[in-house]
Amino acid sequence: MATQQSYYVPEQSKWPIIATVGLFLTLSGLATVMVNKSGGDTSTGWWMFSIGVAVMVYMLFGWFGNVAKESMAGLYNAQMDRSFRWGMSWFIFSEVMFFSAFFGALFYVRFLAVPWLAGEGEGTMNTLLWSNFEGSWPLLHNPDPKVFPGPEAVINPWSIPLLNTVLLLTSSVTITFAHHAIKKNDRDKVKLWLALTILLGAVFLGFQVYEYIEAYHELNLTLDSGIYGTTFFMLTGFHGMHVTLGAIILTVILLRYMKGHFSAEHHFGFEAAAWYWHFVDVVWVCLFVLVYIM
Amino acid sequence: MSAVLGADAHHHHGPAKGFKRWLFTTNHKDIGTMYLWFSFAMFLIGGTMALVIRAELFEPGMQIVHPEFFNQMTTMHGLIMVFGAVMPAFVGLANWLIPMMVGAPDMALPRMNNWSFWILPFAFAMLLSTLLMEGGGPNFGWTFYAPLSTTYAPASVNYFIFAVHMMGISSIMGAINVIATILNMRAPGMTLMKMPLFVWTWLITAFLLIAVMPVLAGAVTMMLMDINFGTSFFKAEGGGDPVLFQHVFWFFGHPEVYIMILPAFGVASQIIPTFSRKPLFGYPSMVYATASIAILSFVVWAHHMFTVGIPLAGELFFMYATMLIAVPTGVKVFNWVSTMFRGSLTFETPMLFAVAFVILFTIGGFSGLMLAIAPADFQYHDTYFVVAHFHYVLVPGAIFSIFAATYYWLPKWCGNMYDETLGKVHFWMSFIGLNMTFFPMHFVGLAGMPRRIPDYALQFADFNQISSVGAFVFGTTQLLFLFIVIKCIRGGKKATAQVWEGADGLEWTLPSPAPYHSFSEPPTVK
Ligand code: HEM
Ligand SMILES: [Cu+2]
Repeated sequence: MATQQSYYVPEQSKWPIIATVGLFLTLSGLATVMVNKSGGDTSTGWWMFSIGVAVMVYMLFGWFGNVAKESMAGLYNAQMDRSFRWGMSWFIFSEVMFFSAFFGALFYVRFLAVPWLAGEGEGTMNTLLWSNFEGSWPLLHNPDPKVFPGPEAVINPWSIPLLNTVLLLTSSVTITFAHHAIKKNDRDKVKLWLALTILLGAVFLGFQVYEYIEAYHELNLTLDSGIYGTTFFMLTGFHGMHVTLGAIILTVILLRYMKGHFSAEHHFGFEAAAWYWHFVDVVWVCLFVLVYIM
Repeated sequence: MSAVLGADAHHHHGPAKGFKRWLFTTNHKDIGTMYLWFSFAMFLIGGTMALVIRAELFEPGMQIVHPEFFNQMTTMHGLIMVFGAVMPAFVGLANWLIPMMVGAPDMALPRMNNWSFWILPFAFAMLLSTLLMEGGGPNFGWTFYAPLSTTYAPASVNYFIFAVHMMGISSIMGAINVIATILNMRAPGMTLMKMPLFVWTWLITAFLLIAVMPVLAGAVTMMLMDINFGTSFFKAEGGGDPVLFQHVFWFFGHPEVYIMILPAFGVASQIIPTFSRKPLFGYPSMVYATASIAILSFVVWAHHMFTVGIPLAGELFFMYATMLIAVPTGVKVFNWVSTMFRGSLTFETPMLFAVAFVILFTIGGFSGLMLAIAPADFQYHDTYFVVAHFHYVLVPGAIFSIFAATYYWLPKWCGNMYDETLGKVHFWMSFIGLNMTFFPMHFVGLAGMPRRIPDYALQFADFNQISSVGAFVFGTTQLLFLFIVIKCIRGGKKATAQVWEGADGLEWTLPSPAPYHSFSEPPTVK
């Protein structure tokens, strides 16, 4: 069929420029809040931020709505599908690199910076700076405890984190079941497995929040409790944000499935969400090993 | 066929009317054009800042600006040239050329393409607005080392951080689009090893972009957290380390310099064969050299940190790895020279720029090799010698290749020939201006003049005056370039489809000016 040949090039679209305005308002709003947070007036910043987020949400509905409509109208051929697949794969790769920066930082402070501060190697850093400082990991006593009082203890990996690992790994299995069900057009099973995946993600997040509360209130393990808290919260925090995003995406996918947007043959939206979910899962396994256990 | 055309019958029309064409466009040529004009605007703004710097440095002592403002100028000049001028210019060229070169109707993801572009003006508006804020704009150098950029930064650093985030988002989406286009939209028969080298170099550049822009995002995020939320990534009191910033930054930064030069390699590899009337010498080795440069660029970052106090083993590793990169770079230069060898050469403006590129970039490569020698770098680091080095690779490297590309493809884009005489004037003035500006910097650098300082010792005065005169020659010449381009767009001798006698490739099979939609039906490549 000749249609297979022609690649769909959309006509003009208003969504990208709306997205730009939304992004700009969101980020410049945040910057304005931060610039004014000590003493200034943050309300302008918060207004810009909120309007920006609203514009972004509107844009996401509109833009993805367009794509969904075009997809169902059969405008996308196999080549278009491959473009989406490449796009999503490289996007995930960029996310991998983002996390790598933080894992790299963890590696660097843990194996190089903290030992050097404690006097290891040829340098004389410790005698010049904090001669009493002793390196360890997890770092409970920071070089300058007056500025950065360290945590009393850290999270035990074999409690909630282990449970969370099981939850997320299970959710990777359930979403795979959902995928098999989609291919067999077994609609009830798809809904069941997808909903279960989302639920597992939500429970994971609940536990994560609980763990954070415990860290803040019982252990004095906080963002500003020195480098251990820094790396701990930044890595787990960004991961948690990704789980949240992934769960929202899966919810949208579930709703779209119920509306009949996906067929047994064409369901790239679903697959992209599943890839993303698996990626988030893999990051967690790395976190569990490198942040919690080691 | 009818189903698609029925739903989308207006497909064959030309561009929409008025400003909506530019705001809402999904057309790779429109978007490419916007990228190129944006880049040129940034080039002029960043260039003006450079002239402020050179005016202050014309004489020793403090004349024109305050040191605080001087610091903002060096910082903004670097940021704007790197992220606003060079990178968007190459994305603009990619937009215009890649679909035509691989025989595609457009970029793979046209709406996202529009988004990638429009983020940029907003990001730079945000960045530039910091100059007017209380406490001034970023003043910590384009490399924004912590703690200068954290503990001691002006409040506007928060805007800087989010502006960098926006640029990163734009670059990553742009790069994803380029990769998807190259991997998925090639005409039947265009195998990877038949792709024009500009496409190859961009494929690898896009990979580098997706790999390192997120790391830059990580770096600024860590800054943001240290500044606002009490983390201690870069604070030794809390067990962190300011040197960590440099590692993260240069893990991005060194691949970034290749992001700015690989597409330039591609441009040179298109132009030199045309005006030598010979196919490119050693095509496969060009591809492999580009790929090895890209891979090696991930393991050389600490050559920017030789003096910061890294272990001896680190110094040695990064020294040898850096020198290793010179090998594939040498392969490229060898191939360009061999392409010209015994060719029937003519020197139209694009070729002039391309030949100057080969020669002057090589000078920059050699000074790079000098800097790569760790013990020697202890002497050179943070002097004007480094400034000379990277301006030799960036100005006659990246920027000359952009000029060359513009002259080479402009007739294809607008259907008219540019004014050859004026083009040659532009070339020679630029050539003289830039060498006058940057060559003396080698000498003052070796003699110990530090970079990023608004004042200097008397003995450096003569060379600095030459540099400043050269800078104004180079800068004003670029207005001539603007004039030439506008003149060419508005009229001139009609260009043929092939434009250049020796030109080869799919883009030359299209009429000049190229139609609004490139290849609605994919051509077949033999
Ligand atoms: C043969 C290849 C090259 C080698 C061996 C090399 C080596 C080096 C070294 C060792 C430095 C650090 C000097 C110091 O700070 O003390 C340096 C700085 C720099 N190089 Fe290169 N380089 C090469 C090619 C390039 C290319 C192709 C570009 C860009 C297109 C480039 C851009 C830069 C920049 C921007 C800096 C300075 C960054 C800063 O501190 O602001 N280099 N180079
Ligand atoms: Cu480098």
